[in-house]
Amino acid sequence: MLHGISRRGLMKTGAAAGVLSMTGMPLKAATMGGKLTAGLGGANTSDSWDSRTHSDIFMIASAHGTVFDCLTEVAADGSLTGELAESWEASSDAKTWTFNLRSGVKFHNGKAFGADDVIASLQMHIGEDSKSAAKPIVEAIAEMKKMSDTQVVFTLASGNADFPYLMSDYHICMYPAGMIEEAIQKGIGTGLYAVESFDPGVRMVANRVKDHYKGDSAGFFDQVEYIAINDNTARMNALMTGQVDTINRIDFKTEALLKANPALRIQEVTGNQHYSFPMLTDQSPFSDVNVRKALKYGVNRQELVDKVLLGHGAVGNDTPIGPANQYYNDEMDQLAYDPDKSKFYLKQAGLDSIDIDLSASNAAFEGAVDAAQLMQASMNGTGINLNVVQEPADGYWSNVWLKKGFCACYWSGRATEDWMFATAYEAGVPWNDSQWDEKDSARFQSLLLSARAELDSDTRQAQYFEMQEILRDEGGTLIPMFANYVQAVNNRISSPDQIGNLWQMDNARMAERWSVA
Amino acid sequence: MGNVLNIVLQRLALGLLTLLIVSIVIFIAVNMLPGDFAELILGQGATPEAVKTIREDLGLDQSLISRYFGWLGGMLTGDLGTSFAQLNFQTNLGGDGGVTVVEQIAPRFANTMFLAMVTAAIAVPIAVIVGILAALYRNTVFDRVANIFTLSSISSPEFFMAYVLILFLAVLNPILPSLSNIYQGMEFSDRLVKSLLPALTLTLVVTAHMMRMTRAAIINLLASPYIEMARLKGMSPMRVIVKHALPNALAPIINVIALNLAYLITGVVVVEVVFVYPGIGQLFVDSVKIRDIPVVQACCLIFAAAYILLNLTADILSILSNPRLRHPK
Repeated sequence: MLHGISRRGLMKTGAAAGVLSMTGMPLKAATMGGKLTAGLGGANTSDSWDSRTHSDIFMIASAHGTVFDCLTEVAADGSLTGELAESWEASSDAKTWTFNLRSGVKFHNGKAFGADDVIASLQMHIGEDSKSAAKPIVEAIAEMKKMSDTQVVFTLASGNADFPYLMSDYHICMYPAGMIEEAIQKGIGTGLYAVESFDPGVRMVANRVKDHYKGDSAGFFDQVEYIAINDNTARMNALMTGQVDTINRIDFKTEALLKANPALRIQEVTGNQHYSFPMLTDQSPFSDVNVRKALKYGVNRQELVDKVLLGHGAVGNDTPIGPANQYYNDEMDQLAYDPDKSKFYLKQAGLDSIDIDLSASNAAFEGAVDAAQLMQASMNGTGINLNVVQEPADGYWSNVWLKKGFCACYWSGRATEDWMFATAYEAGVPWNDSQWDEKDSARFQSLLLSARAELDSDTRQAQYFEMQEILRDEGGTLIPMFANYVQAVNNRISSPDQIGNLWQMDNARMAERWSVA
Repeated sequence: MGNVLNIVLQRLALGLLTLLIVSIVIFIAVNMLPGDFAELILGQGATPEAVKTIREDLGLDQSLISRYFGWLGGMLTGDLGTSFAQLNFQTNLGGDGGVTVVEQIAPRFANTMFLAMVTAAIAVPIAVIVGILAALYRNTVFDRVANIFTLSSISSPEFFMAYVLILFLAVLNPILPSLSNIYQGMEFSDRLVKSLLPALTLTLVVTAHMMRMTRAAIINLLASPYIEMARLKGMSPMRVIVKHALPNALAPIINVIALNLAYLITGVVVVEVVFVYPGIGQLFVDSVKIRDIPVVQACCLIFAAAYILLNLTADILSILSNPRLRHPK
């Protein structure tokens, strides 16, 4: 029966998830032992073991990927497996979720893991002045009830079929109840590795826990060391001279040098990370769908991928749903660069020509200003005079994004469609950067709500496919490209054939999945 | 000696005034940078409510003047405060206490001092010896080569020298590690090996100044009558320079050495970033990035104090090395 389990079917039958997580082990035996040294950018002196504040790869890899566990885990192929939860089950309206926890799990300080820890860890994210990035996720839980030490029942305010997926969020790590403060100071989790030393913004070392519940199916190193190297060149040097085994975010300009080194290999995956240009649809001229269409056809997307990403990406279709999502609509037609259509839609809007300001800064993403200038050039002759306004990088997110009519932006994407839409495309949410709501498409908003509670995956797929089509045709956000995650690894470390594309560095889980070659 | 003590006290008082002015300038400058800690730490997630909460927690909603005097008051009682990052972290946690700025800076400062000392141990002897030799064999090939080499290394930007050294000593001939990630509890020898490339880079940067000053000061004295006398006595040129010229040339040499040592503490920012050396320079860069004013202020005060104290030391040493200043009439 295991062959028949799709990732969608898995959602409904939580019991099967337990079976899968038991059997879904790597087929080839990995070498145990040795050490992984990684040079990672994205570190700060303000880093801590508080997963509520994590936002960049260094701490995500250290906490979520190494020292702490979540209830569920997104596997490299995108399917959902249990981590601290063994199985889960939903009521028919997707409102009540029963999670069965793994028994016999211990924190690094010896405390046994149980239902109380789950409830306490989730409660960390709510409360009036909580600054947790996972606050909206946890706030949707109306009630948490401990049934036994190994069972928790969550009652949601409204049905959400993606709830188990949300529990894999890297912000929602499991801490020991009653000693959360201590756990945050020292880094006490249930993960495969226990902290040996941690110097914020400098270095993290962790040792493999003996008798871990994941057994010998994961976590093959004796020790992992993450070194904070924010400087691109220093990171490349460290890899080239063999002082680290792997680095994240390689510099495309010097990629050829890495490729020429036979001891190294490059990993590249297209995930959900996308670069976007949101337009405020509640403001003129973007309130007119014809103007938005004229802009959509005026962008040469392939040129942006080739020149801004230097080929390390894929063209976007104005939807934020990417290849790492389960209901990614790869059947719909790709928006093409068509200046004539652009001109046509501008006519439809009753205009011969129009002046539009496009605000950009490299704070949005590396190369945003170049991208804006390429768009300006590609719209030559369509009647759209794009005026590129270069904004200061400091304060870009507070002064430009969400405030200027048309600007550059970036999203790392989300594991599920609903999560992405609920973050930036649902009417009224704070990060809705195109002010996309009922005035633009009542159909989209109603589909969003019904798909959220829909447990039948075929119906759900149809709904999400339609929503992506609506965004492509009428959406207020230009999404010309998806940026790949590109990292490099020394051949003395082996990694599975399929690596995760949800996040950099094999979903930040290289300590768990990679091994000494 | 009373004279020297007077100078020291006077200089220290002026030094304190300088520190005060530095702290005001830094405070204003950091506040003039666009964006504040709340906005930068939240990044894309900077909703008005979240920004407001953090500002209130950190007291960033108060006026510039009251914040400055609050900080100054703490400073005068020896409390440099807690970094914004730590404060913000604690309000998340609901607890208090935690790491203060002093505790945060102390290990980083120790690392920077270590690097400065390693560099000084290499650079000062080399600079003085090469300087003496260049004076001895002035206008020879040796003198020219020494001058060209040190001048071209001081004229190139530090990061360029750093990459040149990495290329030759780490990539092409893997002798030294390009990554200087030292940490507490590391063996002294490992620490030394890891710090060697940044120390060599800094050596190249500071040597020229000291070496050329040594050479110039000595050559300047070689025309003096007492040197001529020494020569006429039949002393060897080396002995003339070391025994007669050098002691009299010490004052300017010491001055330049002190200035360069101060540079080793305050000017290492770029080198630390290139070699990922966890010193105060890197902490400084990280803190400016997130506008963490307490840390930035503390770092700047350390930099300023290093300059003031080393300059003072230089002045005192040049007084002590000069009998005419030691025993004024």
